[in-house]
Amino acid sequence: MSSYPILDQKDTRSGFGAGLLELGRSNPNVVGLCADLTGSLKMDAFQKEFPERFFQIGIAEANMMGIAAGLTIGGKIPFTGTFANFSTGRVYDQIRQSIAYAGKNVKICASHAGLTLGEDGATHQILEDIGLMRMLPGMTVIVPCDYNQTRQATIAIAAHEGPVYLRFGRPKWPVFIPNELPFQIGKAQRLIEGSDVSIFACGHLVWRALQAAEELKKNGVSAEVINVHTIKPLDLDAVLASVGKTGCAVTCEEHNRYGGLGDAIAQALATHKPAPQEYVAVNDSFGESGTPDQLLQKYGLDVPDIVKAVGRVMKRK
Amino acid sequence: MTSSPSVATSPETTVSELQRIASQIRRDIVRQVHGCQSGHPGGSLGCADYFTALYFHVLRHDPAKWDMDGKEQDLFFLSNGHISPAWYSTLARSGYFPVKELATFRKLNSRLQGHPTTHEGLPGVRMASGSLGQGLSVGIGAALAKKLNGDGKLVYTLHGDGELQEGQIWEAAMYAAGNKVDNLISTVDYNGRQIDGDVDDVLPLGDLKAKWLAFGWDVLETNGNDMDALLKTFATAKSRTGKGKPVMILMRTEMGQGVDFMMNSHAWHGIAPNDEQLASALSQLEETLGDY
Repeated sequence: MSSYPILDQKDTRSGFGAGLLELGRSNPNVVGLCADLTGSLKMDAFQKEFPERFFQIGIAEANMMGIAAGLTIGGKIPFTGTFANFSTGRVYDQIRQSIAYAGKNVKICASHAGLTLGEDGATHQILEDIGLMRMLPGMTVIVPCDYNQTRQATIAIAAHEGPVYLRFGRPKWPVFIPNELPFQIGKAQRLIEGSDVSIFACGHLVWRALQAAEELKKNGVSAEVINVHTIKPLDLDAVLASVGKTGCAVTCEEHNRYGGLGDAIAQALATHKPAPQEYVAVNDSFGESGTPDQLLQKYGLDVPDIVKAVGRVMKRK
Repeated sequence: MTSSPSVATSPETTVSELQRIASQIRRDIVRQVHGCQSGHPGGSLGCADYFTALYFHVLRHDPAKWDMDGKEQDLFFLSNGHISPAWYSTLARSGYFPVKELATFRKLNSRLQGHPTTHEGLPGVRMASGSLGQGLSVGIGAALAKKLNGDGKLVYTLHGDGELQEGQIWEAAMYAAGNKVDNLISTVDYNGRQIDGDVDDVLPLGDLKAKWLAFGWDVLETNGNDMDALLKTFATAKSRTGKGKPVMILMRTEMGQGVDFMMNSHAWHGIAPNDEQLASALSQLEETLGDY
């Protein structure tokens, strides 16, 4: 990618850890909670530097969400850390009542999301979490695309009043977002300008979308790539402006085709500007063990799948 | 009486004065539930003495300075949110909001939702509750925030006994003891009844005192319908804080206490009295502060 060279290979969860450590130093109200996955979530540096502001909860995620909600009463800004599956599905009712309905300023930070968790398999590869969190009134849902953006997003959500779901992952992944590119909650980023098709992507699949755009360019297709790091609230203006120009959309996410980014875009288009759309998403199934690359290939989330989806959607224009 | 000025809290309030307040809270409970023909009178009546003792004698709080953070105030969290009529009456009679607002309980556009919520901005409420088992965790979080803030005030929580069937309670119990959350006084309304019947028939709790002791809590027992005993137990509980253990009060109560036909059964856990039953109930409860 000439316009977005690979700066490094790093895991997004380490971007979270780095952002949290910076927050610890700049904001005394930031506290961390973890359910026995401190190393996996890269919260150990925060724990070491701010032991009095770090709470090891043990393997008790429901209790963690409740304690986080309670900590906001008295002005703390709690960041909870565990795997995405245990951050959402396992504790949906605790989040719903004690955090979302109660309007508490809790930051739910979730690692190991999606298929790219890899070898642990389907019990841990949640593909429904974006949908679960999107449905909660008042919840902000953010899926950053690389290490740098995850670090930026972690810092940004501390300054945002209200509950946030921040979703990131396990594997080392290309770092390509320049630190100078500003991150703003709710503001999508047009990474490549194009005229034939709008490719909306989030998380790890933003890099795949950039690769697909390069392939498409060789075939004479001008693809616009938009990084929708904030799925809720959706940047409606960016979505409508892009599709208004290109006339069709492909959505790419490491999530079930139900309830995620694709549905958020589809709802926006159906309501405001009907246009053909194709989903690059998991086709209503659970995952399995494998390497991240193998899984993205097998479940149809790879570069060729995006290229094919573009071909299909352009014929429907 | 047609109107009722709010009652100022005072550490000197006597047992008989507190009993008079509790009588009015019981009237408020049955009138609220009758007014909307829904709600949970049984547990509310059983806990009327607890709420009265807590808000009119024990808590160090200033309703006029209420805010969400509650710094330098004692905090209370109701985990078994369905007994909201008792809490709403107590809050109103303590001066958190106008007593006449009790008439809006469970009605459209009310701040007095069926189960308590922060969503409508009702003063005195810092957490939504209703889905059971979550309030102990919340209380622990608030207690930890107090410690971080160097705030020496205490956190109180109330739970139903049936609620202890929820697993999250025991996660929280383990955490509080293991991490010496000793600025927390929790109470279980041990009335032995839940919606479907006696707790012992639905899912027995076993030796509850032994369980809390085994989890590492300092455990007290009291009669929650004996004002004098309650005050003494609260005083003991406060004296046990700051000593490395969270404090649990196992509080025996009678569901429906104060209204004869609602007692000795689980039947009035969650149903409303009709007009005739309301009249009978009110005839048993002295109007001491003026009905709303």
